[in-house]
Amino acid sequence: MNNGTSLLKCSDVYVRFGGVMALSDVSMDVQEGTIAALIGPNGAGKTTLLNVITGMVAQTEGSIFFRLDDLSEAQPHIRSQKGMVRTFQNLEVFSHMTVLENVMTGAHNLYKYSVLDSIFKTPRYFSQEKKCREAAMEKLRFVGLEDDWNKNAVDLPYGKQRLLELARAICGDPVLLLLDEPAAGLNPKETSSLGRVIAAVRDELKITIVLVEHDMELVMSISDDITVLNFGQVIARGTPGEIQKNPEVIKAYLGSDD
Amino acid sequence: MEGKKGIFSFLIFVVITFGFPWMLTNDYYLSILILSGITAIGVVGLNLLLGYAGQISIGHAAFFGISAYTSAILTTNYGLSVGTGIFSGIALSSVVAVIIGIPALKLKALSLAMATLGFGLIVYIFLNETITLTGGPSGFVGIPRFNILGYDFYSDLAYYYLVAIILTFVIIISLNIINSRAGRALKAIHSSENAAMVMGINVARFKLFVFVLSAVFAATAGGLYAHYLSFVAPSSFDFHFSIKLIVMAVLGGMSSVWGGVIGALFLTSMPEFLRIYEELETILYGLILILCMMFMPQGIVGGIGKLSGFVMGMFSRGGGRNE
Ligand SMILES: Nc1ncnc2c1ncn2[C@@H]1O[C@H](COP(=O)(O)OP(=O)(O)OP(=O)(O)O)[C@@H](O)[C@H]1O
Ligand SMILES: [Mg+2]
Repeated sequence: MNNGTSLLKCSDVYVRFGGVMALSDVSMDVQEGTIAALIGPNGAGKTTLLNVITGMVAQTEGSIFFRLDDLSEAQPHIRSQKGMVRTFQNLEVFSHMTVLENVMTGAHNLYKYSVLDSIFKTPRYFSQEKKCREAAMEKLRFVGLEDDWNKNAVDLPYGKQRLLELARAICGDPVLLLLDEPAAGLNPKETSSLGRVIAAVRDELKITIVLVEHDMELVMSISDDITVLNFGQVIARGTPGEIQKNPEVIKAYLGSDD
Repeated sequence: MEGKKGIFSFLIFVVITFGFPWMLTNDYYLSILILSGITAIGVVGLNLLLGYAGQISIGHAAFFGISAYTSAILTTNYGLSVGTGIFSGIALSSVVAVIIGIPALKLKALSLAMATLGFGLIVYIFLNETITLTGGPSGFVGIPRFNILGYDFYSDLAYYYLVAIILTFVIIISLNIINSRAGRALKAIHSSENAAMVMGINVARFKLFVFVLSAVFAATAGGLYAHYLSFVAPSSFDFHFSIKLIVMAVLGGMSSVWGGVIGALFLTSMPEFLRIYEELETILYGLILILCMMFMPQGIVGGIGKLSGFVMGMFSRGGGRNE
């Protein structure tokens, strides 16, 4: 699974919000083809790190390398076009659209045509739209939402909206997928089926994943590698087995949770 | 919008718009329809910006005005053809839209509202003060009627069909854009700019695109206006008119292209028929805005959609989707 190539490299990242040091000296290496989990107590800086990686928050110091490119200063949509897509801790589905349209939007840069193609309804418009729709339907089947394709996104129950965000994120054929607490608000049954879908994204779609998650059962069962943040600093990294035994982690995180 | 229901709406529009007006014997009604149609061209564009992309412009009257005056001056003072005049008006408006849009749209959502507010006031003052160029507050007279390829649109009926054809094209263009990759990008920006960026959408570029497009439609309407009335005055393009355009979009229904058409027809004709004073009109607009927000967030079109969905649901299981 782990072929040893580094896909994403965060080096010495610092983020300061006024007086708060949200991240200090955080480095993280994500290997291609793996699920790299990022865990830590509330307020540890997990979301902030995802924001820095995807370009939504500017780091005070440090760099982000992605497939050998230095993307430290790149705008979010450029990073997305390079193959980096994420989901959000607070759901951000496109509420004015149907389920299918949401997922088609995920393939924005995959099936391109100009505005003139759409105004004049050229053959290119029809063929690209058809490909886009088929790709989106395939992703909906992948997460198990195919029956809901024509519903308004807002009408889906919470758990399905989480799956919808996942389908939308993978529809652009990303290289790296960053998931921010995908299991938040899901019941145990939904969580375990989500775990299977996430593992399938890695194994079948060959997409590398950064997983931020509080559900330890999920993290331990599917991650290849875990990084633990506490108060903006990396306090441990290792395999699930190693992390579970790490006394500092137990003290900072697992202990306080159980 | 796509599919049976969209085609059905479009057919109804074509039949009503092109089928009946020749029977109208009353010139007054015809002129109200012409003005409604011209305004609708602008409101449909504003709706793309406001209803689909969720960006607010409170200075759209200025784009009408810039284009109307540009074409008026070029054709009347410099003898250019009306086609060239209108085209120049549209070109100038879109250049101005780019200049305002680039800085304003890069910042937060409200900065476009602020920028267009200021812009609208500046254009209004400019039209009033540059008397040698524009004629000042008393207006600009003697603008030639629209003519193209030697055909003069002197009769109101001919002008009506001209406006109707252009409005139809504006509607088709708008519908086709909405049902496309660009349309999805605009709706995505409306829902969540963050999520849109993550999907690789160049948010600033699409916002600028729809702002300029809405300015182009407004400018088209401005040109048609000047060459219909043969007279323009700054007061036709003031803050009051910018607000009126927004109220038309909201009342008609912001999540539909048809909303712009219905809103323009309603609010252009109603004050004429009711013969309301301008002060009362402003109060009426405020009232309409509040009532729409409270009871009819989807506007008239949404209301019709709900009603027809309800009626269809009584006859068949399932009912229609509201679009
Ligand atoms: N935009 C911001 N402005 C100011 N402070 C912020 C901002 N975003 C995050 N913070 C602060 O940075 C710290 C890290 O927050 P972050 O959201 O990254 O934590 P997290 O690990 O994702 O927590 P959770 O598990 O609750 O989601 C917190 O103290 C938070 O209050
Ligand atoms: Mg978080």
